[in-house]
Amino acid sequence: MSPQKKGWKEVPLAGVCWISSTEYKTGDWRSYKPVWNTEKCTRCMFCHIYCPEGAIKHDQETDNMVFDYDFCKGCGICANECPADAIEMVLEGKE
Amino acid sequence: MAKVEQEIVPLNGDNAVAYAVKQCDVDVVAAYPITPQTIIVEKFSEYVADGEVDTEFVCVESEHTAMTCCITASATGARTFTATASAGLALMHEMLGVASGCRTPVVMSVVNRALSAPINIHCDHSDAMCERDIGWIQLYAENSQEAYDSIIQAFRIAENLDVMLPTMVGLDGFVLSHTLENVSILPDEAVKKFVGTRQVPMVMNHQGKLVPFKLDPANPLTIGPLDLQDYYFEHKRQQEESMRKALDVIKQVHDEYAKQSGRRYGNGLVEAYRLDDAEIATICIGSTAGTVKTVVDELRENGVKAGLLRMRAFRPLPVEDIVSNLSGKKAVAVMDRACSFGGNGGPLFHEIRHAVYDLPSRPKLVNYIYGLGGRDTPPYMIDGIYKELQKIAETGEIENKVQFIGLRE
Repeated sequence: MSPQKKGWKEVPLAGVCWISSTEYKTGDWRSYKPVWNTEKCTRCMFCHIYCPEGAIKHDQETDNMVFDYDFCKGCGICANECPADAIEMVLEGKE
Repeated sequence: MAKVEQEIVPLNGDNAVAYAVKQCDVDVVAAYPITPQTIIVEKFSEYVADGEVDTEFVCVESEHTAMTCCITASATGARTFTATASAGLALMHEMLGVASGCRTPVVMSVVNRALSAPINIHCDHSDAMCERDIGWIQLYAENSQEAYDSIIQAFRIAENLDVMLPTMVGLDGFVLSHTLENVSILPDEAVKKFVGTRQVPMVMNHQGKLVPFKLDPANPLTIGPLDLQDYYFEHKRQQEESMRKALDVIKQVHDEYAKQSGRRYGNGLVEAYRLDDAEIATICIGSTAGTVKTVVDELRENGVKAGLLRMRAFRPLPVEDIVSNLSGKKAVAVMDRACSFGGNGGPLFHEIRHAVYDLPSRPKLVNYIYGLGGRDTPPYMIDGIYKELQKIAETGEIENKVQFIGLRE
């Protein structure tokens, strides 16, 4: 119960969001972090397609797969789907 | 607003509801047939097929989906209606809470019918009483005329910006739904003007912009998302506040409607019948009130100071009206057409008993569970209740607090 939070007279009705979800960094839910191996990666883009958070992008200039750790929840789907075994899930803080 | 000229047409309760909905300029109706409600959506689908209404009619595969469809349509700002009964209402249960939590003012007629098992298609109030705490406004009609009038009023109540809560109108299965009655019908234009166009409040969206409270691609909005320990409680408190405000809104809408229809149902929340100087009284919901009034008239002719309090609104509960009307009465019988198994009497008894607790001098209160599964409740049975009340008023003694009436031993 935080005094900074809006009271019942102020919150918008029906749970309407008055803050964008982009301000809610879900990356800190993560316990395992995907670590990308540029050597093994074939740039098949499976990880980009499978990521449920849209947190993996391909940078055309550098040809790198870029992980957005602000929103990656560490679900591990990318590592599971990677046909080249180029993504390793590493315990946070141990990478 | 002056009283308008009305046409009297023979309609059963279901047809009266369908006719009211037809006049209310409803955008979306999603429904699934169930006895004794079927006639409502059947008739309404004919209006749609014949081009008499400009309504999107959605045939769904279950009542759960009917309610889901109404909620989502209502969330876009549409005026929505559905109808159900018994098992259909029970199947909707989960989505009823979503409707009230999302503040979607869906209007629904519930043609009150017993719950299974054993299976029974006839009238009692078990279906709606199960939904007492789900956040819906509950109004109950005494006759088909009132069902017609209440549906029209329900749109105004539900969509009022201080309320924004879904509203159900109960009418007794078969007793009203399938019984032909003379019903006074307002002209289409008068109803259209009375209900008006649905308004929505402004809310702050995720971009910090004030936008209309409706799903609209031009102004994206998220309604009813995950709401955990930090805000869920606040949203529930808001619903409670709106319920309290609904007490006044129901009365105001009822008064405004009465000016053009000439028909009043008490103050809109409760109807007191020959109750002012009454010493003994019954309280009931729905069509039984019609029978009770006949009995009260006969008793009055014989000098018995009998009265009736009919609950038109059950949620929100008009506590002040209950208290003021029962103050000074000697003995009161609460008639419940539903059973709260293992409870201290029926659901209405619980409510009335708690409402009068603060009275300095409480009337003696007894409870009669009656009419389950459509069991007939003839005048002599109600007369028996008043006889019992006279005895309690004289002696001050209650033999049986909760009784089942019309039941074979």
